This record gives sequence, structure tokens and C-alpha cells, in this order.
Amino acid sequence: MAEYKWPDADKRTLIGKRISRTDGPHKVSGHARYNSDLNRPGMLHGRLLCSPHAHAKITSIDTSAAEAMPGVKAVYIIPDPDREIKWAGEEIVAVAAVDEPTARDAIRAIKVVYEVLPHSVLDTDPKAVGSLARPAQAQKVGDPDKGFAEAEVTAEGLYGMPVITHCCLEPHGSVIEWEDDKNLLVHLSTQAVSSIAAAMAPVLEIPAANIRVKQDHIGGGFGSKFGPDRWDFAAAQLSKKAGGKPVKIFLDRDSELMVAGARPSAYAKVKVGAKKDGTITAWQSESWASGGQGGGGSPPMPYIFNIPNQSKQHTAIQTNIGPQRAWRAPNHPQACLITMSALEDLAAAIGMDPLEFFLKNIELTGPRAEIYREEFQIAADLIGWKKNWHQRGDKTAGPIKRGLGLSLHTWGGGGHPSDCDITIQPDGSVELKMGTQDLGTGTRTTVEIVAADTFGLPMGVVKVLIGDNRFPTSGGSGGSTTIAGVSGATRRAALDALDQIFAKAAPALGAKPEDLEAVAGTILVKSNPAKRLTWKQACSKIGQVPITVRGKNPGPGKLGDSGVGGVQMADVSVDIETGVVRVNKIVAVQDCGLVIDIKTAESQVYGALIMGVCSALYEEKIMDAKTGKMLNPNMEFYKLAGIGDIGDLVVHMMTGKGYDERGVIGLGEPPAVSPYAALSNAVANAIGVRVPTLPLTPDRVLAALAKKGGSNARI
Amino acid sequence: MRGFEYASPTTKEQAVSLLGSSDDDAMALAGGTDLLSLMKDDIVAPRRLVNLKDVAELRGIRLLPDGSLRIGALVTVQELLDNAIVKRGYASLIHAADGITSPQIRAMGTVGGDLCQRPRCWYYRAGFGLLAKDKDGAALVPEGDNRYHAILGNTGPAYFVNPSSLAPALIALGAKLHIFGSGGQVEMNLENFFAAPTSANEKEYRLKPNEIVTEIIVPSAGGWKNATYEVRQKESLDWPLAAASVALKMSGKTIESARVVLGHVAPVPWRSGEAQAYLAGKTISEQVAETAGTLAVARASAMSHNGYKIQLARVAVKRAIMKAAQGGQR
Repeated sequence: MAEYKWPDADKRTLIGKRISRTDGPHKVSGHARYNSDLNRPGMLHGRLLCSPHAHAKITSIDTSAAEAMPGVKAVYIIPDPDREIKWAGEEIVAVAAVDEPTARDAIRAIKVVYEVLPHSVLDTDPKAVGSLARPAQAQKVGDPDKGFAEAEVTAEGLYGMPVITHCCLEPHGSVIEWEDDKNLLVHLSTQAVSSIAAAMAPVLEIPAANIRVKQDHIGGGFGSKFGPDRWDFAAAQLSKKAGGKPVKIFLDRDSELMVAGARPSAYAKVKVGAKKDGTITAWQSESWASGGQGGGGSPPMPYIFNIPNQSKQHTAIQTNIGPQRAWRAPNHPQACLITMSALEDLAAAIGMDPLEFFLKNIELTGPRAEIYREEFQIAADLIGWKKNWHQRGDKTAGPIKRGLGLSLHTWGGGGHPSDCDITIQPDGSVELKMGTQDLGTGTRTTVEIVAADTFGLPMGVVKVLIGDNRFPTSGGSGGSTTIAGVSGATRRAALDALDQIFAKAAPALGAKPEDLEAVAGTILVKSNPAKRLTWKQACSKIGQVPITVRGKNPGPGKLGDSGVGGVQMADVSVDIETGVVRVNKIVAVQDCGLVIDIKTAESQVYGALIMGVCSALYEEKIMDAKTGKMLNPNMEFYKLAGIGDIGDLVVHMMTGKGYDERGVIGLGEPPAVSPYAALSNAVANAIGVRVPTLPLTPDRVLAALAKKGGSNARI
Repeated sequence: MRGFEYASPTTKEQAVSLLGSSDDDAMALAGGTDLLSLMKDDIVAPRRLVNLKDVAELRGIRLLPDGSLRIGALVTVQELLDNAIVKRGYASLIHAADGITSPQIRAMGTVGGDLCQRPRCWYYRAGFGLLAKDKDGAALVPEGDNRYHAILGNTGPAYFVNPSSLAPALIALGAKLHIFGSGGQVEMNLENFFAAPTSANEKEYRLKPNEIVTEIIVPSAGGWKNATYEVRQKESLDWPLAAASVALKMSGKTIESARVVLGHVAPVPWRSGEAQAYLAGKTISEQVAETAGTLAVARASAMSHNGYKIQLARVAVKRAIMKAAQGGQR
């Protein structure tokens, strides 16, 4: 029986090393095929008619002219039981035609009569929206009155961030075809290959077992691509009407930004109190948020710091914008920005270095206090905190002011259920199958690392097959659950397979199976390494029939864990005459247990920091109050950072003793939590005043400076 | 995008004969970086596109006998940036072209196209018309989200900003424009080419549907210090929030005369008579530049969300003057 554990550090040949992703060359050379690249034989092009109104009743739909157009093969009215449109861009009719221009012409030929209803798209003031603001029960922890009475210093402020969109570079969509009247083939851009069939089956009224789902690569999901969407069902219906021909519907960029994903906003008026020595005594917050019809999440505040006395009240605001979807660590970025900004303002009110202030209160963070302490020291060294930090407001001459800010965060990241099949052939070739998906984070690479390291093989031998729901079931890639799930299942499968190889090879080596180990492409006797078979020779002992072994997560042995902590520090320059913020440097220090591939792990953190810069400085789903439309559903005014805007990114992964023995933990979300607070705090440190809400655009920076008064208060 | 006919003439006479009496009939295609997006968004739907890229006489940069510079309308932004004569004498033009940070747009976009591209106003691009009115005829911009809209010349009915990157620099350098139509060639000051529309059927520049811009003539900049400063939020592809180009005719250390043109602040490239008059006879200093900036926005007025642009325009003028004084280094 194998012992289900990770190899000791000195035995790891691939795990924890710096390995380039195996699909990198494929992607950068353009050979990787995304489902949006697919052109199936006989494929029809689907387009969508979407509502120009944010709130309306549909009075009538006339598709006759579209149906009569040459080249139009199917028209499908998307079911909407109450025929009520609740956001601009909501899909109403889908058309499939022989080519895209014909489909677009057909969409223009459809006549929809609307009864336009009043809409509301703004979420910055709960008092302005009447009954659309729905306050929840107030919450109390400890004795807030006593806590504020004990406080010698208090700070009050408004903090918040707007709704942003997921802005996937590969938009949402699919190519769907009926292989016959009972079987559906689905090429969908998804974060959950194994669970799409079950979600589609009841609606299409066919057995889930008849739905095949495939995806080799995905161009971004970030939490917005878990289920099939209404346009995917429309593609399936259009295909059915067109005799099973493949139908492709991928959203246009404007739809992608309007309807296919929004992270809820969050705003809060916060009051915090502390003693002069920095001990935090009380928290009070009045918060509100919106994410469309659902009203948005309720960010867990105060974030991480379990302040003894709290008084909290949250209000959800209903708006006619596209629906919210999970976005990298749902609710955490909002809670983190609000909490860490308020606490940093409190430190400034005391006149205390925020690093000292956060460390002073670090026990309030609970079980990870020591990890944060260690990470803060490393981050401080990497950014030169001692040398570069100054009290609020850079006093040097000239318009460019520099500042430092910090933040900290947490996340779970325990592994999801996952099955992995490994087949070893008598010729020594190895195939690994799993119904998981590579979100671009390196899943393909990391499962190969785990299997190859276990077998003592180099990279390039184990053939990894993922992205197909015919493969063993694996969970969706959400909640940072993938790496621990697939690594656990792969390790268990590989260890069991290796046991079988040992059993077959033992007689030829004149040893017992338990005395063997797999090292550097050989199976050898531990006590006498000269006695060995090459991997190929050992596998030839299998006989004619290959070995297939299934590994599962969860399963025996401790291969993973949950719960991580990370800290980040940012260094910015702000031009106080123009309000333009430039990122000089961001340092991220992160733990995630045992790191499988240091290179792809760092890469995930880089990605999180870049998304952090985007949302801290640029991103905003800008809604027009009067027309109810999104004003920037394009890559021109929905601004994202370019390579020149992100500054110097420094990532330090916590590894080694105290971390590795926890096993594998997810990493996708935690580093995406802190950048906003770290950058906002750095800007406050640079210019001497808080810019209350993100993004930190020139108008907001100048407005904050003007409010404070002083030489730049010119507007 | 709707179906269209495609014509590719080789002479300007042919090109003009293929154009029609309205944009619905035909439109001229240069680099296409703006026109194709307008067609995809169904803002324009010409029945014919007249490709100008095969008209050789619209290309090329050369010095004319009088020392002025002739820039063909079909010269790409990248060709402009790479041109030795431009680099030597026209720093402000290089700065402005450099601000077009997308290599793809620099490679395809043309000088004539930069002047004739349509405003980026998000109401216009969403189908509410150039003057951005709702179905009841009410103007959407003044009380809407006008964070990127005009602070000068914004009394209506046009509230958008002129999007040209090169026009402020070219106007400050005293450029003229050659327009070719059925009646032959016309020369006009580039400044006069632009005019804020007063009704929905006007454009923001004076070019009839059957005319094309053929070349731009820039006088010698000898003795003129010149520079452009753009206030940009992003280093990468992004529109300036405000920009200023200056050309200062120097007599020793004294400014003999000045041209100051602001971009992205008004429906037209905005020549600031106030700043120009003030600068004449002054010696360049931080204080003088600051005052010129303040005078340049003296008549600016904020709408509901764009007050910050007044400050940005002031700073752009100040910094453009200081940049010119320092030799206009990139």
C-alpha cells in the first residue's frame, strides 16, 4: 500500500521547481485552439437581438422578415416567462445564418415593440433610490459604545469601489451541434467542463449522459464562466431547428461587457477607534452595494481583523445593470479595500506607521497572525519600507509625490473533488485523463509535474488529457479549488499505479515491491541502487494489458489544506497637478502551502496584481443614469492597464518548513484581494489625503486634493 | 456592418468621382482605424467605400522649395514618426504622434485620417447622434456623464471633443490643408478646417462628401520652439484627457510670437488667443508658463462631471511651454 504523502524536499525532482508551462509555445505561436476559434464543418453563425432598454415589457416580437431572409436557417425567441427586460443588453431573439453578416442583417430585420419602464442604474447613494435600497438587519459584536468610549483617536471616512466587469478576452459563448437527435456536442468557453452537461440536460430534455463537452483552452473566466448561459441554450435550440448543424454564438465585445459578468460594487461609511498606542477598540460601518437585480454581496467587514466591538449595517441596492457574477475572491476585494483603508486612515490619525499599527493589532487576525508577521517583514524588506515610508503627504518639492501603502488578505483554497485516471502502457508510455480545465493558470503543467515527479520521469513523457467531460469527473475551477483537487487526485493515482509497477518489476529485481523506488527514469532497489530496471523495462513486465488506476480527491493521506494569508505593499507616484497615478512597484508575499510549480504560481500572482492595478486605477462599468445604457462597453473607455502601466511587480512565495508540510492549497484568488487597498493607501500616503472611491482617476484624485485644500485646490 | 461596394481608384480624380453627395452614398477609406469601427457599430453605413491607399500621389513627405514640408494625407503615423525632417524640426508633431501608443494604429492610421476621424463621444458612438440627443430631442451630455467632454466652446449644441492627436500641433505650426474635389484643389488654413456643428446634419470639419484631403503643408519651423504635452491617464493606448501644442517664435530669449492650441478640450482644436497674446514679448519661465495656462482656460466652463479637465488643460499648456523651452525633447 502506498503511503499517500508528498515527497520530502530532497526527493522532489519537479515539484516546487521553476518549470515553464507546457502549453506556452502552443499559445504564443497561435496554435492553441480556443473554442471561439472553432469553425466546424457546415457551421452556422448565430447572433443575438438584445434590448436597447434597461427596463421594459416586451409587447410584441415579429421575426417574419428575418425568417424570410435568404441564408437565415433558424430563428429562436429566447424564453422569458414574464417578458420583462431588466437590463440593457438582455437577449431576446437568436438567429442562425450561413454567415455572420447575414445573421446581423436578420437581427436588424426583427421588430420588437417595447413598453419602456422606469429604470435605475446608479448605486452610489442608497438614499436616492427609494425602495430599491433594501437594508438588512443591523449587526452588533461586543459593545460598540464602550469600544468608542475607550478610543482615544477615531477616524471616519467613505470608501468604495464601483461595479467592474470580467472583460474576458475570449468572450462568453459556444459552438453547439446535435450529432443526431439524441446527442449534443458542446464546445463551450467554461470554467467547469465536468458540470455543464448536468446544467444543460433538464432544459434541453435529453439525458446529461448524451451531452459531450469539450474545451482545450479558455481565454479568461475569472468566475464568470461556470454555467451554460442563455445564449448557449439558444445555440443548442438553433442547431436543433437547423437540423443539427453546428451553431456558433460568441458574444460581441459590447455584450461581453454589458451582460456577461459584473463584480458588485461596495461602498461604506466607516468609523474606527483606537487607543493612542494603536490598539483598535471599535468599528462602525454603514455599507451598501449593488450587483444588478440581486443587489450585490455583503462584504465581510471588518476584513480579517476581528475587532472586539462592532456595529454594522448593510444595504443592498437593486439596479437595472447586467447580472453580477463571481469575480476572483467574491466580496473579499471590497471588504479588504474598505477595511484596510479605514484602518490606514486611523493609523494616520494616530500618526503611527501603518506597518507598526497593523503589526500591533496582528493578533486580531487569528490563526495566521504569525504568517502575516513573517510576510510583512519580507515585504517591507523588498519594498524598502523603512527607508521609503514617510508620514502622510510627501513633502518633497515638485508636483510628483511618492507614497507607500500596504494591505493583507486571506482565502480558503481547499481542493475540490476530482478523479484522475492514469494509464501506463507496456511500452512505458503514460496517459493521464481528467475532466478538469486549464484556466490559463497552468493546470495541464502542474498535473504533469505531479505525475512525472511521482514516476521519476522527466517532463514530456506523461501525456495529459483534460478538457473533456468524457474524462473522469473533476470540479469546476472556482474558489481556488483546482490545484489542490487535481494534485491530490493525480498524486494518489500515480502512487497507486507505481505500486502496481513495483509489484510487476519486483521479481525481476529479486526484491520486494516495498523495497523499490522510482528514480531518474529507473525502478531501483533502495538498498542496492545498482539493481535497477529502466522505466521502459519495468513497464514491459506489465504484460499485454495496460494498467489503469483511478486516483481521487478527497482521499487517503494529507495532500492538501485550506486557508492562506498574504500581504502586499505598493509604491506609487502621483502627479498632484494632473491627478495621474503611476505604479512604481508592488510587492506580493503569499503562502499557498506546497507549491507545485514556482513559475506558474508566481505567474498567478502577477496576473492578480495586474488585475488589481486595472481595477484600482482604471476599471469602471460606467452606466448612464438617463438612458440606462453602459457608456463604455468597449476596450477604449473600459480601461485596462497596459504593460507600461503596471510598474515593477515583485512576487515572493512562502515555501519550505512551516508551509510545504500543509500540502497543496489554492492560489488563484487570494493575491487578487489586496492590490486595491495597498494602492489606495499608497496614494493617500503620497498626497496626504484619502481618495475615497476607486478607480483612482485624475478627477477623483484632484477632487480629493481640492477638498483638502492647498496649492492644488483649483477646481 | 452592412454590405457595401468597394472601389480602389489610383488617382485623386477617380477617387472624387467615385464619392457621392452624402456619406450614405460613399465614404473615403484611408487607414480605416476609425471608419471600420463606425461601420461595425452601425453609426455609418456607406453603400460604397472608396479606398485611397492606391492613390500614390497622396503619399510621401518632402521638403518644398520654400522650405515648408509637404505631408501626403495617406502618410501613416509611423512614417511621420520615422521621418528625419519631421524629427529634426517638428518636435511637437513627434510628441503628438508618439501619443498614439498603439503600434497597429500607428502602422495603419494616416495623417489625413487623424484629422478626419470622428469624435469619441460615447453617446455618439452609442447611436444618439453627433449632438447626442435622446428621442425627445433633449441633449444627453450636459447632465449626463460628460467626464471626457468639452470644457471650452461647450455652449452647445456640440459638447464632444475633437479627437485629433495631430491637429493641435499642426495648427500651432501654422499648417495648411489641401482639399481636392470636383471643382479642383482648395487650400485652407487647417485651423479653419474645423468648426463645431450647429445642426445634426453637419460634421465637425469642412469637407464635403465628395472631397478628400490630399496633403498638409507645414511651414518651416526654423526659429520656432515647439512641443506638445498630453495629460494621459495610461501609458498604453488611451486618449489624452487634455493636450496642448505650442509653437514659440523666439528672438533670443524673448518670445516674439506664440501659437497655443489645446486638444481634447473643445469640439474643435482650441486656439487660445489669450495665452498667445500674453506670451508675446515674455521671457520663458515657470511663472510665465503657469500664467499662460491659466489664461488659456479663463473662459472654460465645467459641465456636471468634467471640471477636473480645466485643471488638466491649464497644466498641459504650462508643461508644453516648458517642454518647448527645454528644446522639446521627447
